[in-house]
Amino acid sequence: MPADPALPPTLLGWMVRGEWRANPVRTLVAVLAIAVGVALGFAVHLVNRSALAEFDSAVRSVSGSADIRIEAVTPAGFDEALYPRIARLPGLVAVSPVIEIAARTTAGDPLTVIGLDPLRASRVTPALAAASGPGSGMGFGSGSGRGVEDAVWLSPATGWRAEPGAGSATFEIREGGRRLVFPVAGGLPGVEAGRRIAVADIAAVQQKFDRVGRLTRLDVMLAPGLGPDAAAQEILAVLPPDARLVTPEAETRRTSDLSRAYRVNLGMLAMVALLTGGFLVFSAQSLSIARRRPAFALLRVLGLQRRGLFLQVLAEGASLGVLGAALGLAAGAGLAWGVLGLLGGDLGGGYFSGSQPVLEISPAWAAFHAGLGLAVAIAGSLFPALEAAGAPPAEALKAAGRSGDPERRPPLVPALVLGSVGLAAAFAPPVAGLPLFGYAAIALILAAGVAAMPWLARVMIAPLARMKAPVPVRLAAARLAGAPDQAAVALCGLVASAGLMAAMGLMVSSFRGSVDEWLVAILPADIYLRVAAAETSGLDPGLQAALAALPGVTGMESRRSLTLKLAPERPAVTLLAIPVPPGTSVPDLPWRRAPTTVGPGETPVWISEPLSRLYHLAPGDKLDLPLAGRSVRLRVAGVWRDYGRQFGALAVQRSDYVRLTGDTGANEAALTLSPDADRAEVLARVRGALPLDLAAQTEIAPAGEIRQAALKIFDRSFAVTYALEAVAVLVGVAGVAATVSAQTLARRREFGMLRHVGAGRGQILAMLALEGAFLGAVGAVAGLALGAAMGQVLIQVVNPQSFNWTMDTRWPWGLLGGLTLALTLASALTALLAGRSALSADAVRAVREDW
Amino acid sequence: MADLTRRTLLTAAVPLAAAPAVAAAPAFAPVVPGRQLVFPRDHGAHPEFRTEWWYITGWLEENGAPLGFQVTFFRTRTGLGEDNPSRFAPRQVLFAHTALSDSRTGRLLHGQRIAREGFGLAEASTRDMDVVLDDWRLVRTPAGVLKTQATGEGFSLDLTLTPTQPLLLQGQEGFSRKGPRPGQASYYYSLPHLKVTGVLGRQGRRRQVRGQAWLDREWSSTLLDPSAVGWDWTGVNLDDGGALTAFRVRDARGRSLWTGGSLRTAEGRSWSAPNGAVAFDPGRTWKSPRTGAVYPVAPTVRMQTPQGERRWTLTPLFDDQELDSRPSGGPVYWEGAVRVPGGSGYLELTGYAAPLRL
Repeated sequence: MPADPALPPTLLGWMVRGEWRANPVRTLVAVLAIAVGVALGFAVHLVNRSALAEFDSAVRSVSGSADIRIEAVTPAGFDEALYPRIARLPGLVAVSPVIEIAARTTAGDPLTVIGLDPLRASRVTPALAAASGPGSGMGFGSGSGRGVEDAVWLSPATGWRAEPGAGSATFEIREGGRRLVFPVAGGLPGVEAGRRIAVADIAAVQQKFDRVGRLTRLDVMLAPGLGPDAAAQEILAVLPPDARLVTPEAETRRTSDLSRAYRVNLGMLAMVALLTGGFLVFSAQSLSIARRRPAFALLRVLGLQRRGLFLQVLAEGASLGVLGAALGLAAGAGLAWGVLGLLGGDLGGGYFSGSQPVLEISPAWAAFHAGLGLAVAIAGSLFPALEAAGAPPAEALKAAGRSGDPERRPPLVPALVLGSVGLAAAFAPPVAGLPLFGYAAIALILAAGVAAMPWLARVMIAPLARMKAPVPVRLAAARLAGAPDQAAVALCGLVASAGLMAAMGLMVSSFRGSVDEWLVAILPADIYLRVAAAETSGLDPGLQAALAALPGVTGMESRRSLTLKLAPERPAVTLLAIPVPPGTSVPDLPWRRAPTTVGPGETPVWISEPLSRLYHLAPGDKLDLPLAGRSVRLRVAGVWRDYGRQFGALAVQRSDYVRLTGDTGANEAALTLSPDADRAEVLARVRGALPLDLAAQTEIAPAGEIRQAALKIFDRSFAVTYALEAVAVLVGVAGVAATVSAQTLARRREFGMLRHVGAGRGQILAMLALEGAFLGAVGAVAGLALGAAMGQVLIQVVNPQSFNWTMDTRWPWGLLGGLTLALTLASALTALLAGRSALSADAVRAVREDW
Repeated sequence: MADLTRRTLLTAAVPLAAAPAVAAAPAFAPVVPGRQLVFPRDHGAHPEFRTEWWYITGWLEENGAPLGFQVTFFRTRTGLGEDNPSRFAPRQVLFAHTALSDSRTGRLLHGQRIAREGFGLAEASTRDMDVVLDDWRLVRTPAGVLKTQATGEGFSLDLTLTPTQPLLLQGQEGFSRKGPRPGQASYYYSLPHLKVTGVLGRQGRRRQVRGQAWLDREWSSTLLDPSAVGWDWTGVNLDDGGALTAFRVRDARGRSLWTGGSLRTAEGRSWSAPNGAVAFDPGRTWKSPRTGAVYPVAPTVRMQTPQGERRWTLTPLFDDQELDSRPSGGPVYWEGAVRVPGGSGYLELTGYAAPLRL
């Protein structure tokens, strides 16, 4: 007999197809499980890649071919005197001065107004300087009689369309309580879809937006051969504190930082779904080889080597993987396409606003995700393949299923080792700002839980077998206790998906609870008022006094909130200038730890928890802040909890802020009402007290409404997470259903025997339902315990490491209870349904049946 | 497309190509006869006028091979942003061209700069000749020597131009009529026979060069008659020390709307040609393969002097000396080094590609 290690391809194909035909449901579920994992992973990747590419090109069209940029650290900009100083440095080919203003359209949509010197910008940012449409031919002081020196060019997203014959179009822009009407000169076709941009002459923007003498950016083109680093040395020497040098690398890092943690978390969730798929493949393959033991033994007797059999089972697993991966890629691309259209590039996370990215598919990444699916499928088949190859053929020929010796205790050591390593990994620090060890800990804990299942199933089922109960209960318990390995196989997928669901549920419930508590703490007043797009203007002192004096208002806090760039490679942080309540020395903030006092003559700054973690600052540290063109030294005096600004926030006392900057304006206000005041009436009075143009861009809302809106946004941003998890659990339950029904169908002979010894049909069905319920309950309880452990890793490790905030654990008892009940019922129901079909054949035939 | 539209905006940004009719036009200073030109003040800029230029053309010798060169600075008052307090207000725009005519290249190498005036990066002094445009400059030292720096595609010029003759006031003591209506005129003076020394950088190599050049200075608010489409101009340093200036303003049918010029002898006796005393006979033409414009590149200039008619037949250094300055807001024109028997100079032919608007 030739010692051929593998089966001929024809026979291999027959066996694979035969197995699929014999168990279509189970095969399908395994394929689907892989497909779901691949699809989720691929979709998350695609969506994010498209969003980043879109964001990147948006940045490029605005900064053009600039090699480096000099940026203002606050929206107030820097003194324009910097422009000639930079422009005269050697080695710079072109320097384009820019003033950028965050404004709103009449509809309230964010609009970026960019003031350019077209003669300077044409070399650096041609996309912005390239204007077209009716009107663009009319130059400054051209023959039409209307100059364009005070006109705007508009990007397609602003809704402006060039209409032939539409003579004198105008466009209205709102900013800082101003309403400005510009003639429209033309369109900006070079700006990609989704970006709302209005370009105008730099002098007009400075004049109309009251920013004469200020610039926010210099786009710099370097001479060929001059590296950004060499130029940086020269530039840094002349930079004032309120301007910062940004290299393309820092820019890219900042862009990708925006959504990195969010994106990695979603990607990891997808990997977890894929892992669940792996367990389901394992279940399916284990059952399949158990059923085919005699067939394999026959092949072995006929001369097939161990290695051949091993490869055969692996090939079967791989075929599941290939199918699943192909399905998954298609589904993932479809999902990504749908998600981009519905939620935008950040999956509803709110990181990239106002853009509609185009789907970009790279073959390399598609291959990567397909490869992952395939690898998981093969890994899932590895143990069953080893077992099939290792079975002694002579023994296997006689006994159909090897159920293992119920008296032999399965080992617990592997599970304990996995669990300990996982626990240790949870204490490891983040890698490159990502909680990679945290995820490893979750995977290891999951693996430990699954590895412990045979042992755990036996420990939990054994007491059932000893108790006095009606016949069906004792039958069910005895059966489970007698074949614990089969129970463990069925439980694998169930435990994994239940555990993950519980972990996510625990994390989200803790997060939501903490956010809710935080919202209550930061919104102590009754009514809040916020002027949009007014970081350098808004409510002047007179207006602030007028609001405070309104009837029904007993207290009023004016605040200034503005963005500040602390580090070139990080997204901007928020600076809050807030009043300190009379009689205290610290503002009313949700403190993480009790604030400390600062030395005499020092100015305190209170930092948010994410800022503290991102910039490695603690109470007592010094912090130099660029304020009003100079660097101001502050002392960190406390850390407060903040879930609203992931990239960090700082609070300073408003009186300190006014003293340091001279800016007495405010763009936010908190009003406390007298208890008997009619809220609606006061709201109307507040709105009435504002000048008309200012009122149009001011949001006024009661605290409760803001809280509800915030929670709604929270829920929406987690909706995707819920959906991913629900899909994973559904696949898990489907896997359990397929496994249970396969096992039930395989036991026809046993049922026939039971009928012969006098068991009623109803009793057998009850036994099966109870078996299912036991299985479901054991799986759910084990899964929840596992989930609690993984959830703690999510709360204590993954969240602080990726989002830089902490939260308090809140147990979602309702969800956990419901999950247990649902899994128990689903499992019982599936067993019952499978049992009904298994019992449909008559008992005599059933006993004779040989499978 | 993008390039075209950028050009549209740039053209839009620079009123060189824009029609003169501006709603609520600011009051540009008028050009009136009888004004005494005062130096060095009038070497400097006149921002109250619409248009002004410092126009240097000349011949250089590099290793014995002749080269033509041009360095020109323009100033334009846009009439825009007059009441805008911003320092970026585009009240004045400066632009500059440079070109090198090398018969071995067979076409012009050129360079250009454009910027709105301000921040010391683009500035034209009103006290003496001192025009700065980024890294380009034209400045007159207290000793009366001109220095200029400019860079183009693959070349750079760093030249010192030393006057060897007194100023030549064109027209009536510097008041030069350009059209049939009294207002159509400019203040115009020239500095012929400038001795040139300096450095020509080409592809990284720097070589000492020497030669002879001509400076034209002109400023005006209403230069051209509405029916004018362009002009022909030539300025020739005659080998005997004389200086020939001749120009004619053309209408759409190629007829002379107005002519002018001057002839100064080596001894300094100057005669100003009245309207009608100068004619340009077209001679041989050259068609630009890029723009399709047809230029009379070898005209014969006839001048009816009190001593009788004089003729000079101009021969270009080579035919393709067309300059496309549209990227910096200028027109397409022919500006080339020419020889005459007994002299060398420059010929300028504008309005052949498209009607010229100033």
